[in-house]
Amino acid sequence: MKRRTLFAAAICAAGLTLAPAAFAQDVIKIGASAPKTGPLGGGGAMTHWPNIELWVHEINEAGGLQVGDRQMTIELIEYDDQTNPEIAIQNIQRLATIDNVDFIVTPYSTGINIATAPMIAQHGYPHITTSAATDGVAEFAQRWPNSFWMLGTATQLAVGAVEAFSKLRDAGEIGDTVALLYVGDAFGQEHINAAKPLLLEAGFDIVYEASYPFGTQDVAPIIAAAKAAEPDSFMAFSYPGDTFALTEQAQIQGLEVGAFYTGVGTAFPSFRDRFGDAAEGIMGIGGVNLDDPKVADYFDRHEELTGSEPDYWASATTYAGLQVLAQAIEETGSLDRAAVIETIQNGTFDTVIGTIDFVDNVNPNVWTVGQWRDGKFVAVAADGIAVGAEPVVKPAW
Amino acid sequence: MTQIIVTGILLSGTYALIALGLTLQYGVARIMNLANGETLVAGCFIAMWLFTTLTINPIVGLLLIAPAAFAANWAVYRVALEPLVKRAKNRGQLEVDSILATFGLLFLFQGMMLLTFGGEYFNYTFLAQRFDIFGSGFGLNRVVAFAAAVVIAVGLYIFLYHTRYGTAMRAVSADPKSANLVAIDVARTAAIAFALGGALTACGGALLSTFYTFNASMGVVFTMKALIIVIMGGVGDVRGAVLAAIILGVAETAVASLIDPSLTLAATYTLFIVVLLFRPQGIFGRPTS
Amino acid sequence: MNSLSQKEIIIGIGGVLAFALAACLPLVDQGYYLSLAVNITLYAALCTAWTLFSGPTHYVSLATAAFFGLGTYAVALWVDVLPFPLLVAFGALAAGALAGIVGAATLRLSGVYFVIFTLGLAELVRQIVTWAQATFTTRMGLYVFTDLREMHIFWMLLALTAVIFLTGWLINRSRLGFAMRIIGDDETVARHVGIDTAKSKIVLFIISGAFIGIAGAICAPRYGYIQPTSAFNPMTSFLVVIMALLGGTRKLWGPIVGVIPFVILMDFITVRFSNYMPVAMGLSFLAIVFLLPNGVTGRLEQAWNKFQSRKSAPSSTETAA
Repeated sequence: MKRRTLFAAAICAAGLTLAPAAFAQDVIKIGASAPKTGPLGGGGAMTHWPNIELWVHEINEAGGLQVGDRQMTIELIEYDDQTNPEIAIQNIQRLATIDNVDFIVTPYSTGINIATAPMIAQHGYPHITTSAATDGVAEFAQRWPNSFWMLGTATQLAVGAVEAFSKLRDAGEIGDTVALLYVGDAFGQEHINAAKPLLLEAGFDIVYEASYPFGTQDVAPIIAAAKAAEPDSFMAFSYPGDTFALTEQAQIQGLEVGAFYTGVGTAFPSFRDRFGDAAEGIMGIGGVNLDDPKVADYFDRHEELTGSEPDYWASATTYAGLQVLAQAIEETGSLDRAAVIETIQNGTFDTVIGTIDFVDNVNPNVWTVGQWRDGKFVAVAADGIAVGAEPVVKPAW
Repeated sequence: MTQIIVTGILLSGTYALIALGLTLQYGVARIMNLANGETLVAGCFIAMWLFTTLTINPIVGLLLIAPAAFAANWAVYRVALEPLVKRAKNRGQLEVDSILATFGLLFLFQGMMLLTFGGEYFNYTFLAQRFDIFGSGFGLNRVVAFAAAVVIAVGLYIFLYHTRYGTAMRAVSADPKSANLVAIDVARTAAIAFALGGALTACGGALLSTFYTFNASMGVVFTMKALIIVIMGGVGDVRGAVLAAIILGVAETAVASLIDPSLTLAATYTLFIVVLLFRPQGIFGRPTS
Repeated sequence: MNSLSQKEIIIGIGGVLAFALAACLPLVDQGYYLSLAVNITLYAALCTAWTLFSGPTHYVSLATAAFFGLGTYAVALWVDVLPFPLLVAFGALAAGALAGIVGAATLRLSGVYFVIFTLGLAELVRQIVTWAQATFTTRMGLYVFTDLREMHIFWMLLALTAVIFLTGWLINRSRLGFAMRIIGDDETVARHVGIDTAKSKIVLFIISGAFIGIAGAICAPRYGYIQPTSAFNPMTSFLVVIMALLGGTRKLWGPIVGVIPFVILMDFITVRFSNYMPVAMGLSFLAIVFLLPNGVTGRLEQAWNKFQSRKSAPSSTETAA
């Protein structure tokens, strides 16, 4: 450590500029900074890191990327940001100015993507975000023209949920009353802001509405209160821990509704494993179209290499974001970042979540609602792309 | 109304499981163990592993987890913490040292669990059936955990107040110097208290894992809750900790049902701060001069 | 006020030179080392401000996150309507006011109760802010977009650190500092000689809290996106305590001696042992506790005393010869 400090001090004192990246390289250096520990460590381990591992493995197995007339393999440099924006910023700086990486993989979560965006923009890297579902994306895309937003907006997701409910209601499967819950943070707030007016507009009657603090796992009183309001349907914008807890309590207390929707975590394979047959018919954020052979193939490969099934929401998007990067590099035929950004802005890309064609740096085509059907989380609502099935009414627990 | 009280009391069972171990570790061994939550999460993981790979029922699993956790915590105390106790010139010094050392242990344990299990969320299904009390449905796993909490709390109370060894422990808790004068082996008693506390915490984790979704990095959430309950109840006071757990459980449930679920945690901290301001020695504690 | 001694003048000039030199860093590197320096300066400011109060009183405060978060929020809430310097002042006022209330209510709590109380307080403030935002506004995350770059934040934090040092030095020379030294030695004696111990402690706590609030306000533009979970991160409180204790809290410059190696060590671990980060961090903590019981400054003082006694020993034989 001491030697390192002296080294660092020596560099500062002497005012040396760091040696520029070596030229004739056959390796593309790719940097990644995302949480392995901290509050979002769980999400990162589920959705983010396995896809990076899969992507790097596959490209190197195939002999690398074709960049111009050179075949280049990928060297991955990965750092843990500990779910801390200060450390994330420092990691990005390190990747850019010490490791001199050629490209940077998106950080994880809305907050850290926004905290690091100015830094990534300053160094001119393409920034393809795949884990930020917020209504600010249009503004961010304008502010940082190097940034691309793939996971959709809170409004899109909320529209999808309300659409799925409306379809069931219009088919006479469920009544008008709905219980509405959300976690008390930016995610829950944005979704409820979007969903509530839509529900009222669609003629739903909100008979119970409440928020609860982030991290709550003891939701028995909340479900009891929701049940007392006798809703026909249930919609909760929740996080993994509370998604599981809400579902379990609803099952135990016998909250019988025709439509049951929960937030992040519903799309996890562990959700199905946990609830078994009771998961049948539950809706949640995400969903994929497994009828698409590309998606099915991606699921197989993910499971084979990482030993676990991907989740049915942001996993495929994360992988697709990396595919966009790889295809853009190959199409550009060089490691020139500005040129690659331009390629991403103007090109179309063939990915596991369909053809990506950014409109003002935002990917408009997303699956928004999935439903558990025979052990698969099938997309039942989407914006701009094909769904896997139409929503059906949830059977009794 | 009855439902609020029953739900609240079931929840307080969970809280008692989280806090009882720490009150021993802090009260008797004088270690403010910031790694307490990691011990609890380790209990969750081991119970899950026993259940999913060896199909050992978590309740039976306690018979394996408790002695293993006892031994592990004994070793931790002897190796990492006892030198600090011997070195400390006064209570304040030990407080600072133990905060730093157990903060290190927190990271160490968390890191080992991350390497072994990865960072994902885990849970499994055990006794997730409906159990009716006064006509409302509750999770059977929660009811079982509550019953176990009662057994553990009563057992601990009997041990502390009606056995020779327990009395020695209380004597060390009250005043280590005087305990030494009446021929109590303070170092040994403290080590046993720490190990016992660790074993209780791990058992709490095993029971919690039947109805909580957990991952390797969420220990600190439990540590915070445990600290609040321990301080509210009075350090080292089992009855106080149980009462504090009941107060918190019922208050949180009442606030969530009657006022606004988003204020539950605010209610917790308000209660905690009020208790600290007016009875800093804990609910049952006698004022010290 | 006494006039300056020669030693003080030398230290003063040395300090000014050190700060001036540090301020040149952005001219040399605008990348990684600047980011590292921002983090070092941030924690230097926080830990020194923390030590202003906790050093002489021996009260371990875990309320840092509460003061820091209030500062951050003061900027985040009104960044689009009011000028930035005014908001920084707001941050200081809000944090100072909170410190005053807390101090008045709790400084009679002893030792560990104060520790836990401040921890609970930080969480309570976070919960209330979260609830208020959810209830009265439509947005939970607040965006802070300014033209301030990494180097501006670095300069502001550096200036803040300098001001904290100056304040600490002035306090040491003042009646308040004198009172605090007596309180730190023996509070009963202090009361007997007519010092208003409660008032002295509250004043010091307010000063310390206000500085932490300013640091939070300065950092708001760096995050860009402010949420209660990140602004009131309890980890901040713990890290500040640990770095300050590592450095040693008996001297004003003690914490900074802890901050610099600690931040660099954390960074080294993040880089070299990415997957083993928590394990490596845990082990280094234990090593610090066992090998550096009185912090780095304690160890330095020890070494210095040994060096002095060794130096004086041969010289005395020389004079004898």
